[in-house]
Amino acid sequence: MKRVGEFFQNIVRNKMMLLMVLPGALWFLFFSYLPMFGTVIAFKEYRFDRDGFWASIVNSKWVGWQNFKFLFSTNDAYIITRNTLLYNIVFIFLGLVLSVLLAVVLSEITNKRLSKVYQTGMFLPYFLSWVIVGYFTFSFLSSDRGLLNGVFNSLGIPPIQWYSESKYWPLILVLVYLWKAVGYNSVVYLASIMGIDKSLYEAAMIDGASKMQQIRAITLPMLRPIITIMTLLAIGKIFYADFGLFYQVPRDSGTLYGVTNVIDTYVYRGLKTTGEIGMSTAAGLYQSVVGFILVITSNFIVRKYDKDNALF
Amino acid sequence: MSQRKKERDFHNLSKPMNITFNLIAGIFAILCVFPFLFVVIISLTDEGTLAKNGYRLIPEKWSLAAYRYMFDMGDTLLRSYGITIFVTVVGTVIALLVMAFYAYAISRKTFRYRNFFAFFSFFTMLFNGGLVPTYIIVTQLMGLKDTVWALILPLAVNAFYIMILRTFYATSVPDAIIESGKIDGAGEFRIFIKLVLPLSLPGLATIGLFSTLGYWNDWFNALLYIDNPNLVPLQSMLMRIETSMQFIMQNAQNSSLSLEAMRSLPQDTSRMAMVVMATLPIIFAYPFFQRYFIQGLTVGAVKE
Repeated sequence: MKRVGEFFQNIVRNKMMLLMVLPGALWFLFFSYLPMFGTVIAFKEYRFDRDGFWASIVNSKWVGWQNFKFLFSTNDAYIITRNTLLYNIVFIFLGLVLSVLLAVVLSEITNKRLSKVYQTGMFLPYFLSWVIVGYFTFSFLSSDRGLLNGVFNSLGIPPIQWYSESKYWPLILVLVYLWKAVGYNSVVYLASIMGIDKSLYEAAMIDGASKMQQIRAITLPMLRPIITIMTLLAIGKIFYADFGLFYQVPRDSGTLYGVTNVIDTYVYRGLKTTGEIGMSTAAGLYQSVVGFILVITSNFIVRKYDKDNALF
Repeated sequence: MSQRKKERDFHNLSKPMNITFNLIAGIFAILCVFPFLFVVIISLTDEGTLAKNGYRLIPEKWSLAAYRYMFDMGDTLLRSYGITIFVTVVGTVIALLVMAFYAYAISRKTFRYRNFFAFFSFFTMLFNGGLVPTYIIVTQLMGLKDTVWALILPLAVNAFYIMILRTFYATSVPDAIIESGKIDGAGEFRIFIKLVLPLSLPGLATIGLFSTLGYWNDWFNALLYIDNPNLVPLQSMLMRIETSMQFIMQNAQNSSLSLEAMRSLPQDTSRMAMVVMATLPIIFAYPFFQRYFIQGLTVGAVKE
């Protein structure tokens, strides 16, 4: 009884703070925690019930692991997992190398005003939506009007039906991704390079270190913490693909699904086009669980070696 | 200080290296901007020339017809603009209010349940229910399908932004200021409005910009939740034109009706003109806001 009283006292004492978190907490409840609970659909044969959401969940029949069995018995599960992982690995690796390279280049350019102009240009793609980027790619790849086929035509090379030939798409998607992400990421790294103590470079110069030696011995080691954090974040999300990139840029072209279908597009199509709610939820849950394990593991590994750079 | 700076510059890159570095950065910057310029050029090309030559860097014949056509068709485009502006403004205000309060509360050491609510928010970054349950809850439990709230609410809160804001409060609002407010007899709410808000404006501006950009560029929620053509935001409209265009093209041979439909759809140049119109506000605005985005990124990388 005393404890209950104490509890209420605490509530009253913290009532302003509780009021402040209330809207946000409700949002998390509805948009994050209820959906987590809603993943039980993955173990059910979901039927919409006229009495609303709760009735639909309760009245749908339990089917156990059947949805998962179906999902993993198809070739799709393998293809979407492979695509998601391979693209993300390439994105993380090339993205990191190019962004850091570019950041170092930007930081060393003598004319600081020019460097600012370059940064502003590189930052642009980050601000555009994937719909817009989809139009941009189309202006290059359109089979009858696109710039590339126009150039091919004047060189006497036969035109390519870009949107129906899947062999080019891994390259196209990687290029489009890098185009959109590298400028932005390099500015992040640049911000940390700017934060490096200048006296380190001065000392190196007095010791007669060349610019390349300075980059290798000072800039890169000093960037290690931020590189670790950014890469860790990316590895934690390696099971999540950028829906816009894989949906808008290939213009949802069916012949390309073999190389453009990732877990996120698969789940979306299951929900909106093919209507396989159960299997699609199962795929989503598979993504969430593996994703969760990956964040925890990668964070654990980093903690072990370098406690300051772990996320939590 | 300036003496030292000069010295550093003097010791900086050798000339050939500097030129190489400028070339690398310059070429990449041009590549980043080029597609937009190209789309502007296409939108200014004469439609007949386009049919003959395709998209070219230097068109044979320039024309403003696409923009004239766009203003003639007015309504649809204007309505979409209106929806996007409404969603962006209302959404950003709601997002900022909710997240600013939440982050502030969990940044205060006197708040008894701060750890619980910090974790309540943080955990959503690690695990989520996925698209399908979210969709079912938004449409069947909350009944938001085909309402403007389906475009606003899903993007209103973001655990990562809350973390950035909390770090910002913790580093830029000294406890002493809050204590002094308490001694003067101000309530928690008054302290927040009068003392904390003014100090945390740069942080709020950063998050506000992230939100604004998120709302302006959003097409995914419209793709999921909006069927009513009167509620379609700008980005989503651009997408829908494309889809119906493809659909008609694929069925063009089969019926004479679709030929009629095809004529009523905006042509290549007009569509590119719409892309330009959807991008232009961002192009004008972002160089001024760039600084805040960089600030947000660096703040976000710092743990408490």
